[in-house]
Amino acid sequence: MKLQRKNGLRATALGALAISGALVLTACGSDNNTATGPDGGDKTNAASNIKCDEAKGQILAAGSSAQKNAMDLWVKNFQAACSGVEVNYQPIGSGGGITKFTQGQVAFAGSDSALKPEEVEESKKICKGGQGINLPMVGGPVAIGYNLEGVDNLVLDSATIAKIFDSKITKWNDPAIAKLNPDAKLPSSSIQAFHRSDESGTTQNLHKYLSDAAPADWKHDPKSKSWLAPGGQAANGSSGVAAQVKQTQGSIGYFELSYASSQSISTVKLDTGAAAPVEATSENASKAIAAAKVTGTGKDLALSLDYKTKAEGAYPIILVTYEIACDKGNKAETLPTLKAFLNYTASEEGQKVLTDAGYAPLPAEIATKVREIVPTLS
Amino acid sequence: MDTATTTSVPPPRAPQQTGTTRGKPRPGDRIFLGMSRGAGIFLLVIMAAIAGFLAYRAGIAISKDDANFLTTSEWNPAGDPPVFGIAVLAFGTVVSSVIAMVIAVPVAIGIALFISHYAPRKLATPLAYVVDLLAAVPSIIYGLWGAIFLVPYLDGLNSWLAQYLGWTYIFEKTGEGPARNLFTVGILLAIMILPIITNVTREVFLQVPKMHEEAALALGATRWEVIRMSVLPFGRSGIISASMLGLGRALGETMAVAVVLSPSFIISGHLLDAGGGTFAQNIAAKFNEADEFGRDALIASGLVLFVITLLVNGAARAIIARRKEYSGANA
Repeated sequence: MKLQRKNGLRATALGALAISGALVLTACGSDNNTATGPDGGDKTNAASNIKCDEAKGQILAAGSSAQKNAMDLWVKNFQAACSGVEVNYQPIGSGGGITKFTQGQVAFAGSDSALKPEEVEESKKICKGGQGINLPMVGGPVAIGYNLEGVDNLVLDSATIAKIFDSKITKWNDPAIAKLNPDAKLPSSSIQAFHRSDESGTTQNLHKYLSDAAPADWKHDPKSKSWLAPGGQAANGSSGVAAQVKQTQGSIGYFELSYASSQSISTVKLDTGAAAPVEATSENASKAIAAAKVTGTGKDLALSLDYKTKAEGAYPIILVTYEIACDKGNKAETLPTLKAFLNYTASEEGQKVLTDAGYAPLPAEIATKVREIVPTLS
Repeated sequence: MDTATTTSVPPPRAPQQTGTTRGKPRPGDRIFLGMSRGAGIFLLVIMAAIAGFLAYRAGIAISKDDANFLTTSEWNPAGDPPVFGIAVLAFGTVVSSVIAMVIAVPVAIGIALFISHYAPRKLATPLAYVVDLLAAVPSIIYGLWGAIFLVPYLDGLNSWLAQYLGWTYIFEKTGEGPARNLFTVGILLAIMILPIITNVTREVFLQVPKMHEEAALALGATRWEVIRMSVLPFGRSGIISASMLGLGRALGETMAVAVVLSPSFIISGHLLDAGGGTFAQNIAAKFNEADEFGRDALIASGLVLFVITLLVNGAARAIIARRKEYSGANA
């Protein structure tokens, strides 16, 4: 007796449909950095000062999803000012962006961290006579968000944050927290710490901050993009962590500031050693970026951030994303558009837009350097 | 008697039975033979190419891994030196799939029996259709449904299990937090693989020779006895193959797990504690930001999933092959 397979096949077909449907959905759904701040795109008079020069046609770019919301604004304004020009930025993650760049598929890549030496070597194949350079473009504070009823002004320092995320402090009324918050009514409930389940530059920057500012309490690899500390719970993407913190009593987590402001999650004030605890704001992040040193040579502007800064009002848990392009040997057909676009993003006007999207503008000194270098790209 | 699994191969001489030109095959037959043979070989070539690619990229990664690839519970290929291992992933993948199978197989058999032998015809057709539809829901939708709807409900079940069955070790809850654990993933996977198992099983149950059932009824068996003595033994190999199809889906499920699970690189037998991870979930979570080497490491982990799937399928085929001759249909 033969089994009639018609229905079996139909089930398989439906299964295949389901799987391919999922693939299609995930292809565009992995970076759901939705709902950030007020949409500032229309506030600035978009057509005003953007120089289009000889920009034409379409350029492709890809990389960090941390700067996606800034890119969206920039692209919108740029395209509104320069007719017939299209900038297509795919937020596929820094690693993917750099890979696409070194394969010559994109005009520039966005990345949460500067190119590694071996990646610079590889970029020389694409940049005829030159190499890939890092141009800092978007800064942003990484906020420590928390959800604790009755506690409004939580102050923590780097050592306490390290111990909380490392599962060494597990109760909200721990003496270390109480000492920093003498006036707060801290409950005796357990702390539910949330971290990212995916790899991300946000995690990496928090790692770097903790190992620099609290070396005694944070022993994990600072360069890792994935979470290494034991304990705690994980969620996918900044949006996932923010959602978990929002709905879980007694929780704490980290994400870009825009997620905190859009979902009205309280953020921790940092006791950095400055006179007053520092709040996570765009302005305070800019102050901390100003303490960074340029470590790149020549046209490369890779930054070394000072996570230990004690400057007044400087919020040191920061993320700087770079645009990576060739200093020499960019493709002739995309070069004019590339330069025009980066000219705009580095301009005062372009940087001003960042605050609206929950990012931090570059401090004047660094922004000036970027503005000097972009026109020299060839 | 052909036990009619989805893996059965058509008899190779089938075309010659067409009769009129015995001994002298018609050109159409030869073209068809060539096409089907070519298609078969093409498939093998594709599989070999995939395996070769995975093995090559995995080899690059594993040769530079500073720890034992199979037993390490850590994932940091970007570290210096790179350290990564699949112990947690293998554990999480197998455990969540086993939970899914334990829940889904009995339920699927129940649904299949109900549709094929108990339900009135007017109800059976729409019911079968609804089960079919379940298979058409994209896994990301299951994931979102699981994260938003299922998890808050399972919080209650979790604390109940922890309170009354905590002594069993596996249901002991050592941490706090929502039910974003392997147990929840298992339940979600069970729902996701239900339609495949149900459909195939139902088809097999419908193929039970009417004579067997009627003979049993004639001897005075009740309906349950008919099912126990003729339907289930006849369908056994079909049930196994259906379960393996479902298990295949559970092992490889990505997005639903990635959305629901709170992963961590710890192996814990406490199913209600958040943590663990699966191969597919880990690849989805880490692929975007990984550099070239990190991707090789993920590919290496994918290769292990490939091997596990092969082993499972091989085991299933062995079971089916052994049972073939003892199948209830021949008894």
